[in-house]
Amino acid sequence: MHTHGGNDFVQLLTPEGERRDHPDYPLDITGDEVRALYRDLVMMRRFDLEATALQRHGELGLFTPIIGQEAAQIGAGRAMRPGDFAYTSYREHGIAWCRGIEPLTLMGLFRGVTNGGWNPYEHNMSIYSIVIGDHVPHAVGYAMGIQRDGTDDVALAFFGDGATSQGDVHESFVFAAAFHSPVLFFLQNNHFAISVPVETQSRQQLVKRAEGYGIPGIRVDGNDVLASLAVTRAALKRIREGGGPMLIEAVTYRMGSHTTSDDPTRYRSNEHLEHWATRDPLERVLRLMEREGWADDAFMASLDDEANVMGATLRDGTRALTPPDPLTMFDHVYAEPHQQVTDDRAFLARYLQAAQSGDES
Amino acid sequence: MVAALNAALRASLDRDSKVLLMGEDIAILGGVFRVTDGLVKDYGEQRVVDTPLAESTIIGAAVGLAMRGYRPVCEIQFDGFVFPAFDQIVTQVAKLRVRTDGQVAMPIVIRLPFGGGIGAVEHHSESPEAYFVHTPGLRVMAPATPADAFVMLQQAIASDDPVIFLEPKRRYWDRGEVDLAVDIAHATPMGRARVTRSGSDVTIACYGPMLRTCLEAADVAAGEGRSLEVIDLRSLSPIDFPTLVASVERTSRLVVVHEAQGMASVGAEIAAVVAERCFWSMEAPVIRVAGFHTPYPPNRLEQHYLPDVERILDAVDRSLAY
Ligand SMILES: Cc1ncc(C[n+]2csc(CCOP(=O)(O)OP(=O)(O)O)c2C)c(N)n1
Ligand SMILES: [Mg+2]
Repeated sequence: MHTHGGNDFVQLLTPEGERRDHPDYPLDITGDEVRALYRDLVMMRRFDLEATALQRHGELGLFTPIIGQEAAQIGAGRAMRPGDFAYTSYREHGIAWCRGIEPLTLMGLFRGVTNGGWNPYEHNMSIYSIVIGDHVPHAVGYAMGIQRDGTDDVALAFFGDGATSQGDVHESFVFAAAFHSPVLFFLQNNHFAISVPVETQSRQQLVKRAEGYGIPGIRVDGNDVLASLAVTRAALKRIREGGGPMLIEAVTYRMGSHTTSDDPTRYRSNEHLEHWATRDPLERVLRLMEREGWADDAFMASLDDEANVMGATLRDGTRALTPPDPLTMFDHVYAEPHQQVTDDRAFLARYLQAAQSGDES
Repeated sequence: MVAALNAALRASLDRDSKVLLMGEDIAILGGVFRVTDGLVKDYGEQRVVDTPLAESTIIGAAVGLAMRGYRPVCEIQFDGFVFPAFDQIVTQVAKLRVRTDGQVAMPIVIRLPFGGGIGAVEHHSESPEAYFVHTPGLRVMAPATPADAFVMLQQAIASDDPVIFLEPKRRYWDRGEVDLAVDIAHATPMGRARVTRSGSDVTIACYGPMLRTCLEAADVAAGEGRSLEVIDLRSLSPIDFPTLVASVERTSRLVVVHEAQGMASVGAEIAAVVAERCFWSMEAPVIRVAGFHTPYPPNRLEQHYLPDVERILDAVDRSLAY
């Protein structure tokens, strides 16, 4: 357990809400900036609650909770520039939030009305990737494009501890190192791949893999939004300046179930959960704000209001997400006309029409 | 059906100490569908193995285990996640026997929950059977009932050939009689189709999740005075053409039903072979009811994509109209 649970990581805010300095990752941050980060965290926690409730009420087929991982994602997401491009898996709601994707937009996938939901170019974030590790090489290729275009943008790949076992992810490290590409590998070690503990994926800290590929690696307290922000900023700066790829391992914990279909009591102890509950990513920011006098009633009340509005929007909006016309399933399969698609579409159109006129008669 | 598969795994683990199970989340969790529930407790971590998250090496390692005399049964968590292992399956698992002039056996079973209809997110509802059927060296089996799941999985594990074992995930919760005392050696042989329901007007060929749907269609048709013969293929490689041909020679009509896309599919192969062998007894062309030529749609549209009773009856009507 200690291998992956140890505290040898960059931490700028302790679970008790005390600031820590770090020689390599200094962070000057104002009260307003901390409040903005706290707002992000609160909104994500609320999003998680609302989406989970919607699933329970049968409005979503499935949901992938973010709870526990808000700080890792918000820190990284807020360190990105608009021109950077993110590739993520299915739990990165915090990255989507930072890329300006409305929480309601994310519901389409989980409600089963779309397999994507947004225009990747509008947000500089690709659609969620469900097949583990598949999207990581995409970030490398995007970064190879950036190199050829000569800009200082960075491609980011977000993936989990389980994903680190996939060949695609290993091969991505090899490519990125070989071509010195501007890509940041952001690994959230939430300690589980469904039921399989991170120890099964690696006998040593995952960050140590980086060295073997010739990539600098940094291990950060993933429940500390300040550390995640500072470390990601520093990594992005180095990459922009031509430093080549980097790996960040954000050590965090999946406080919820893997998905709403999962029953974590089958494979993990309460003890573990309780331990991690004392390291909650929101709590420590609140303590800091209280200590510094940034958590005044007006701010806290306005935050509450904002979360309530988002909750209402999510609830009403999700219920209003209706399935598209069945014939849209044939749209965009190819760029050019394709005979089999044309034939099958025509078949279904005739079939639906016949069924409809049958119903009416 | 889940309990039948679990019992088949137990029986195989009991019968042969070389049988071992590998996959993601199969041990402590018992599999996301609970097919391997309780097995690690009873057979231990050497025989029921939670692997790292890497399908290619689940299968690649199974090849090595097989060469060392073991009989690995690998679970791929969902149909859509078999593709990272595709190279190992089609290049190694399928060919090692022939490349070594028969010296090396590949008694590997790859269990694959497949098909749609459960309202899942994308990549969880695929029907990839044609890729494997197309590959010489692999056997491909798809049980449709709990009783067959129990028998066929044990046969697959006992076989010295590699088997892609397609489990119809939307039928996992189906109930049915299972004879736990059945003698595998004397049960319906591997590779044999079964006439599940006899009829005289149209032959319906199907497998896996579609058997139940086709039987429902046959019930409705019977109410309308049409007699459908429903054949459960059970095996997709080999395909039991003698059984199919005998049926079509009696009914003169064939409808093939599967969830997988129709283009270059099992249905396409059946249509071609039946046309070759039954040309003079056919009254109508073979009609396929299949998935469309588009990626599996978002689940709120899946009822329009999946063959259902109405679409099967529509095909029956078209066949009878000739
Ligand atoms: C290639 C592939 N294999 C299996 C799965 C099934 N699956 C979905 S999530 C998951 C665990 C992923 O763990 P990790 O990478 O740590 O990400 P986390 O869910 O913890 O965020 C598995 C095995 C999948 N989606 N893709
Ligand atoms: Mg994980």
